[in-house]
Amino acid sequence: MDEVRLLADGFDPGFELIRFAATHPRAGGIASFLGQVREGDGVEALELRHYPPMTLPGMQALARSVRQRWALDGLMLVHRYGLLTPGQPIVLVAAAARHRRDAFAAADYAMDHLKSESWFWKRERTADGWRWIEPREQDFRDKARW
Amino acid sequence: MPEANARLVFLGRLEDVAGCAELAVQPGPLDQVLARIDRALAVELLGERIRLALNGRLLSDAASIELAAGDELAFLPPVSGGCRG
Repeated sequence: MDEVRLLADGFDPGFELIRFAATHPRAGGIASFLGQVREGDGVEALELRHYPPMTLPGMQALARSVRQRWALDGLMLVHRYGLLTPGQPIVLVAAAARHRRDAFAAADYAMDHLKSESWFWKRERTADGWRWIEPREQDFRDKARW
Repeated sequence: MPEANARLVFLGRLEDVAGCAELAVQPGPLDQVLARIDRALAVELLGERIRLALNGRLLSDAASIELAAGDELAFLPPVSGGCRG
């Protein structure tokens, strides 16, 4: 079963991973990626906006496409929206599989597509005020790997 | 009571440009709808990198759409990535 969640409030990545692993005892390997708000560059806060009619449905469609490409026991996509501060977790992806290569590849693919395709808009606050973050070329190159 | 208006929804930086998250408009063909709103905003909304979604579905060709009462048309600027990592 897939777990795809869009959260308004903070989450505990360690707890989520332990719970996910316990849900999939037959999986020999679990690969995960945790993205957190980076400290530095004077960033005081990050705000993630989403569009309810499309953001979660888009994440669910991504989970289905990951499932079609790799044999997985389980897949978890957790994403925050709202106001975050440096050090707080934004995204957690985990893939459980019989063999580690499928788990690594599935988590990597899911992250590249979450970053380049998911319906999130970010702005960050520094001493100068709020500024919208534009997409980076690197995100499109990452997606083109697949 | 059924809704008589359609709604334009502005995501990301377009919300700042519009000064609001959404705008109620009279239904009709999109070009006429946009002709009735602030001109600077309309120009931004028609930018080539802005994608449109009608009632939650991405449009491949927005040029010929017609808004009906109760429709929600979203203007989606390029997404800025899931995290900074």
